[in-house]
Amino acid sequence: MGILDFLKRKPEPTAGLAKERLRIIVAQERSTRGAPDYLPLLRNELLEVIKKYVHVDLDAININVEHDSGHEVLELSVALPDGKPASNPAT
Amino acid sequence: MTAEIIVVTSGKGGVGKTTTSASLATGLAMAGKKVAVIDFDVGLRNLDLIMGCERRVVYDFVNVVHGEATLKQALIKDKRHDNLFVLAASQTRDKDALTQEGVEKVLDGLSEDGFDYIVCDSPAGIEKGAHLAMYFADMAVVVVNPEVSSVRDSDRILGLLASKTRRAERGEPAVRQHLLLTRYNPARVANGDMLSVKDVEEILGISVVGVIPESEQVLAASNSGVPVILDEASNAGHAYHDTVARILGEERALRFLEVPKKGFLQRVFGG
Ligand SMILES: Nc1ncnc2c1ncn2[C@@H]1O[C@H](COP(=O)(O)OP(=O)(O)OP(=O)(O)O)[C@@H](O)[C@H]1O
Ligand SMILES: [Mg+2]
Repeated sequence: MGILDFLKRKPEPTAGLAKERLRIIVAQERSTRGAPDYLPLLRNELLEVIKKYVHVDLDAININVEHDSGHEVLELSVALPDGKPASNPAT
Repeated sequence: MTAEIIVVTSGKGGVGKTTTSASLATGLAMAGKKVAVIDFDVGLRNLDLIMGCERRVVYDFVNVVHGEATLKQALIKDKRHDNLFVLAASQTRDKDALTQEGVEKVLDGLSEDGFDYIVCDSPAGIEKGAHLAMYFADMAVVVVNPEVSSVRDSDRILGLLASKTRRAERGEPAVRQHLLLTRYNPARVANGDMLSVKDVEEILGISVVGVIPESEQVLAASNSGVPVILDEASNAGHAYHDTVARILGEERALRFLEVPKKGFLQRVFGG
């Protein structure tokens, strides 16, 4: 890329990206609001365990605390990748 | 009648809480209400500077809480409005200088003295000072900037208002929540570089009570110790007037959301 191209290039507007990221993080934080403080830690430890078997990122793990007619339900979901085992299985 | 307690809070620091507290309190006083504005930022007193009464602070909030001064002695009467009073924060480094009982006593005292509104300028964060500032509130003005960390923090604060206040603990009607978007820059929004009013409302799921534009006059106002709402020449001042009117129940359309069309001289010299 020539120096002129560089000068001409307009930076991509970023507000849309900010909005998308906020939408997700705010929804996630609301869902665990008022929930036990150990949830983030639990999430990280689960990730460590799951990683022994499959490659997943932290955001593949979803934790929700649902209030269901007087009961609190801890809801866990892990989005698994397409069945590929981890390349270096647990040692 | 008991006083209506308004907390001005945000979570994130430096978003415009003190600027807003000063203008909100002044605006309410201009509307004929008897108003006290209290600086809860123990150790970092600043409201006195923004209100322009820093040289008249003798006793502060903590002195009253500890019984070292009466409310009457500690309340500083505003230079411009007879029905507006400032209670300064203490400069002590002791973060535990304020207690829930102490704060309650002061608020009750103000209520008995016939104040209509008590504006509580919260410190940043979600620690004790911020908690105490919001605990007794009837209404909250959550100050937010169109920027990711501020928006996220304000959502956190909205959650705390709904759960960690006296109203929430007693199962009373919830603290009325108002979102105030400040330091808004229409040009940057138009370029797609800044979250718009609509974006922020959508993300947080509540509508704004006002939008204060980013304005150079805010700095000039704090330099001179005059709340910006008194600057008749500034858009920020007008936007604060509108906000106060809405808080008092009036309906007013939002202003200053579009890029101002500048004349040639203004484009050259700014303004
Ligand atoms: N609408 C505005 N336009 C331009 N500058 C502004 C505006 N509102 C606030 N500011 C500036 O932002 C800075 C922080 O404002 P202020 O002290 O009111 O924030 P704060 O939330 O009280 O901060 P803290 O969390 O430290 O208490 C100040 O320099 C102030 O002049
Ligand atoms: Mg402040």
